[in-house]
Amino acid sequence: MARAVSTRTRAIYTVIAWAIGLLIFFPILWIFLTSFKTEADAISDPPLFFFFDWTTENYGIVQERSNYVRFLYNSIIISVGSTILGLLIAVPAAWSMAFVPGKRTKDILLWMLSTKMLPAVGVLYPIVLIARSLGIYDTYVLLIGVLTLINLPIIVWMLYTYFKEIPVDILEAARMDGASLRNEILYVLTPMALPGIASTMLLNIILAWNEAFWTLTLTTVDAAPLTAFIASYSSPEGLFYAKLSAASTMAIAPILVMGWFSQKQLVRGLTFGAVK
Amino acid sequence: MATQHSRSAARLMMTPAVILLLGWMLVPLVMTLYFSFLDYRPLRGAFDCCVGFDNYVRFFTSSSFWPSVLTTLQMVGGVLAITVIGGIFLAMLLDQPIWGQGVVRILVIAPFFVMPTVSALVWKNMFMNPVNGLFAYLWKFFGLTPIDWLSELPLFSIIFIVSWQWLPFATLILLTAIQSLDSEQLEAAEMDGAGVVNRFFYIVLPHLARAITVVILIQTIFLLSIFAEIFVTTGGSFGTRTLTYLIYQRVIESQNIGLGSAGGIFAVILANIIAIFLMKIVGRNLDK
Amino acid sequence: MLSSKMLGLTTAIALVATSGVMAETLTIATVNNGDMIRMQGLTDDFTSKTGIDVEWVTLEENVLRQRVTTDITTKGGQFDIMTIGMYETPIWGANDWLVPLDDLSADYDVDDILPAMRGGLSVDGTLYAAPFYGESSMIMYRTDLMDAAGMEMPDAPTWDFVADAARAMTDKDNEVYGICLRGKAGWGENMAFLTATSNAFGARWFDENWNPQFDSAQWKQTLEFYIDLMNEAGPPGAANNGFNENLALFQQGKCGMWIDATVAASFVTNPDDSTVADSVGFALAPDTGLGKRGNWLWAWALAIPAGTQKQAEAKQFIEWATSKDYIELVAENEGWANVPPGARTSLYENPNYKDIPFAQMTLQSILSADPTSPTVDPVPYVGVQFAAIPEFAGMATQVGQEFSAALAGQQSVDEALAKAQAIATEEMEAAGYL
Repeated sequence: MARAVSTRTRAIYTVIAWAIGLLIFFPILWIFLTSFKTEADAISDPPLFFFFDWTTENYGIVQERSNYVRFLYNSIIISVGSTILGLLIAVPAAWSMAFVPGKRTKDILLWMLSTKMLPAVGVLYPIVLIARSLGIYDTYVLLIGVLTLINLPIIVWMLYTYFKEIPVDILEAARMDGASLRNEILYVLTPMALPGIASTMLLNIILAWNEAFWTLTLTTVDAAPLTAFIASYSSPEGLFYAKLSAASTMAIAPILVMGWFSQKQLVRGLTFGAVK
Repeated sequence: MATQHSRSAARLMMTPAVILLLGWMLVPLVMTLYFSFLDYRPLRGAFDCCVGFDNYVRFFTSSSFWPSVLTTLQMVGGVLAITVIGGIFLAMLLDQPIWGQGVVRILVIAPFFVMPTVSALVWKNMFMNPVNGLFAYLWKFFGLTPIDWLSELPLFSIIFIVSWQWLPFATLILLTAIQSLDSEQLEAAEMDGAGVVNRFFYIVLPHLARAITVVILIQTIFLLSIFAEIFVTTGGSFGTRTLTYLIYQRVIESQNIGLGSAGGIFAVILANIIAIFLMKIVGRNLDK
Repeated sequence: MLSSKMLGLTTAIALVATSGVMAETLTIATVNNGDMIRMQGLTDDFTSKTGIDVEWVTLEENVLRQRVTTDITTKGGQFDIMTIGMYETPIWGANDWLVPLDDLSADYDVDDILPAMRGGLSVDGTLYAAPFYGESSMIMYRTDLMDAAGMEMPDAPTWDFVADAARAMTDKDNEVYGICLRGKAGWGENMAFLTATSNAFGARWFDENWNPQFDSAQWKQTLEFYIDLMNEAGPPGAANNGFNENLALFQQGKCGMWIDATVAASFVTNPDDSTVADSVGFALAPDTGLGKRGNWLWAWALAIPAGTQKQAEAKQFIEWATSKDYIELVAENEGWANVPPGARTSLYENPNYKDIPFAQMTLQSILSADPTSPTVDPVPYVGVQFAAIPEFAGMATQVGQEFSAALAGQQSVDEALAKAQAIATEEMEAAGYL
């Protein structure tokens, strides 16, 4: 990192990196800009970039039609809820796999990952029938449960790779000093594992927030998150680019902002393979 | 090393996760298996046991089966190739000293936060539409005939959209890996006269091997079940029908649950073949 | 265990969140079309009259179909009212999945519903869904472009005339395309149009013994005609254009003619959205002189799934939303051009509505569609642009994908028809027809 480079080299890298960064980000910027246009401006030829009559009417129309706050609230409950529940189950599991590995540990880990490969649509009817017979259709319990199970393998796996990089010697030392298992986890392991847990948490919130198949299929009103909100704005009759953009902005803005503020934590924990 | 006590405690701690996942996997799987031997067509009121392997034979011999497997592999392979190669390139670029590195990093990872449905809708309508899309304006600006992306290059278009969403993930993981690379080692190699290409292939790439495997593994899991992007853009037309989408058509559009369930079992088998293949590589790399 | 505490907590949250909802709330699934969104905006009128709250689940058409079909087949009981079409109603009604609407109040005047709509939404004379709006298909064309091309649109044109006019109106350099037609794959998208059109060319889906007929000369003629026309006079990317995409193109002035649902008439003549609002003319869907016109018949209707606890309230809502009063209410708020069309006879007798330029052409189109005898040669099925059997939707979507690929130039007409024949034969064999 600390390599000395000439200002010129640095400038060249900077220009390339910024150009690529802006290119990748451009679609999101375009959604944002379009959401402030009238429908006519949204499809104007040539396209309008900044010099158009900025209007917030699309947001007004969207807000009038759907209860955005409720969808947002549901999205938060479901994604945060499933993440917390997932962590509660996954932390002990990953801990034991990383520090007290048995003969079958690796097999169990890989098997867990393979459960994620069941095609959702193939088990649609079984899940719907189970949900119906339990009477939990369109509830947070169902959604949080399903999303937890879907993402649990990833959580366990991320935590496992992270925990494995924590030097065992420290734990041994703590054990020598007579620390109980509980204290060992609470006072030694947890502080060291926190960055990993934080980034796992963030990643999982993002995955749960964006999950669109189950959240759309298993909800109606009470638990319907932002993915259902979007489904009422995709391809309606007539011109819709601006309204779609406004709805899209509303759906992705919260998670985008969260992601931006926490990207340092997110990056810090994603150390699979970083250390040998 | 570990005591008997901690061993049993470890078992205990693993149990909830294992049992839950076992239930999550087995209950629907057993039901799907059961359905796959039924003539289950709700719109006809048919729920008849048992038709033996009829559903399997029909799904397997249908003219859409092999093309859909091929499409699935192409799509997963295409996205993996773009994201891994692009990710390595971007990670190396972002590792260079640049002004405003934090901001650029934010710009690059942003697509990961966009819902698949939203990104597919936006790409389809606002970029790839041959009349009102931005690409069409761009093409016209240069005096070219706009491309109708979704019917002329359908598979590529979907791979492109999906890659846009997953490139940030690959970049992030590869970036953290690259940052742990010992720069002294690189400098030493440079002193010894190793060129850029050699340094990349003999030092950087081996160092990234494990991170690349992780990217491939995690992405494959998600890519095998891609649905929203196809549903929104082409609806499975023009040779973009993956196995997952074919099952969707059987279950939802044809309302033939028995046939779709048989397809689901095939998809599980395919996923497991890929999984075993991947696990072999990953298992080896994880042990390092 | 901590995790069970967590589950308990989330249950508690869920209970708190749901307890705010009163018993008197109807959950209604509907499609995100303009008329339904308008209805959503007028819900307050219903609530103030009856004290019943309404919770809307507004979804895009394909997602809606997936949701309501899964719900009805698994007896999920999530909705008190579902918005369904003329294809689903007879099938679901025959399965006793819907509450029969045979005891509607006298005020409602069920006999006022257009006979074609009522017939299509009934099973053995019992109404199972009340039409919110009905549609047929017709030609919408640009009068200014037609004049410029030196042609005059008859009220009942032939396909040959339409093709000539489309070619004459096309000016690709200025992004004006003579004709916009559906190309996006789907049984309710390109196949609705193509099946209806094939009727005019003398083709049919099945013969009287349910043998698929895609190997017939008539289907080949239909598909070749359509693809040639679209290649010469259609917009780029037509293979991805459905109703919404074509509507947007027409509103931007990029289509000379557009043959599609009659409800589009009020959108293309609405100056708020349409740049060509003052130069749109209407004509019947074209024929080829064989005695059948290629215009379909469809209704978006409200139905009550059997098993809902709130049948009485749901019926109240249906009576409100499909009543004459509702039409008046929309007319007051949004003007007569925007009332839901095609459901009631009295609307077309209303002097206020007679002035609307597309009213008579819509009525004529609806009246000229005959679901019980849709084709030149006899068929065993009911339905103009579909065959009302459960297998149709899945089969037609697959066939539609082949036709869409042919339109995109990825395969020849013969290849597409051969595949269509294979798909249909396979499905019909599996379903036990053959």
